[in-house]
Amino acid sequence: MGLMSRTSNVVKAWYSKLLNRAEDPSVTLDYSYERQLEMLQNVKKGIADVVTAKKRLELQTQKLEVEMPKLDEQARQALAANREDLARAALERKAFAQQQLQGLDQQISDLATQQDKLSESEKRLSAKVEAFRTQKETIKAQYSAAEAQVKIGEAATGIGEQMADTGLAIQRAQDKTEQMQARAAAVDELMESGTLEDYTSSSTQLDRELAQISAKGQVDADLERLKGELSSGEAKKELEKETK
Amino acid sequence: MIVRVMGERQYRLDDDSLGRLNELDDRAQEALDRGDEGELGRYLDEMTALVKRDGESLPDDELAGSDVIVPPSDMTLEETKKFFSEEGLIPDIPN
Repeated sequence: MGLMSRTSNVVKAWYSKLLNRAEDPSVTLDYSYERQLEMLQNVKKGIADVVTAKKRLELQTQKLEVEMPKLDEQARQALAANREDLARAALERKAFAQQQLQGLDQQISDLATQQDKLSESEKRLSAKVEAFRTQKETIKAQYSAAEAQVKIGEAATGIGEQMADTGLAIQRAQDKTEQMQARAAAVDELMESGTLEDYTSSSTQLDRELAQISAKGQVDADLERLKGELSSGEAKKELEKETK
Repeated sequence: MIVRVMGERQYRLDDDSLGRLNELDDRAQEALDRGDEGELGRYLDEMTALVKRDGESLPDDELAGSDVIVPPSDMTLEETKKFFSEEGLIPDIPN
């Protein structure tokens, strides 16, 4: 048996279990319809979950993008102060941030694809649910119990297949989202525990040392400026004395 | 014959195309048996492409069941095995 027949069997087994629970055709119809509406709700929730996960990754991306030029600038400052060790540390962090960014871009684009697929799936399921609702009323009104059974079987196959298809799409999107959430959380956790030193925080050792260098530079410059002002002030006084 | 491409939509396919689809299906099954993920993916991609190229797509509100279903071509070997196992990949709708 080929893959296509095996796939059909899996799908049929799933929706038979889901839809063929009631003996009375009209009960089956209403029950099926309720399940379809639940399924549609499930798809909407699935899409919302994907969107949330994508937002979170986009936020991480923004944080990293803000950090990259900052780390570059810090490395420059460190080099100017003859602290190659600090410059190296800043550039290492920049490389790590770069790596994370590339991974995030790929994940965000994967999630965007998932979102599109789920939206398409929802559209198709919606159209079929509506078609089923119309048929359901016709079948109830026009057919005898025996005929209705046949008609219901046909409609249920069409809608059941779509439900299985959409169900699989949701399941796969959820698995993907969970994996990405777990990875994003792992990066957050590592940063918090200090293993990866959070370069978004201003209180790291590197930042402190660089702040000291830059503060020292500022103090030196201010001192020079004041000295200059003082000496020119004294020169001015002496000049005033002489003219008196 | 009506063919569904899982994760996508349903198509109506003539017998000639269906014959070629079945040949590819046999090779995909062999690749799965060998555990060759790359080959499996390639055959499934070809199957999907064939159905889309030669088939006529059915409207969204058509309620016909499919004669055969082409599994998604981006499934990993592990996912495929799980899909065909008893538990299946498709979850129950939560009550």
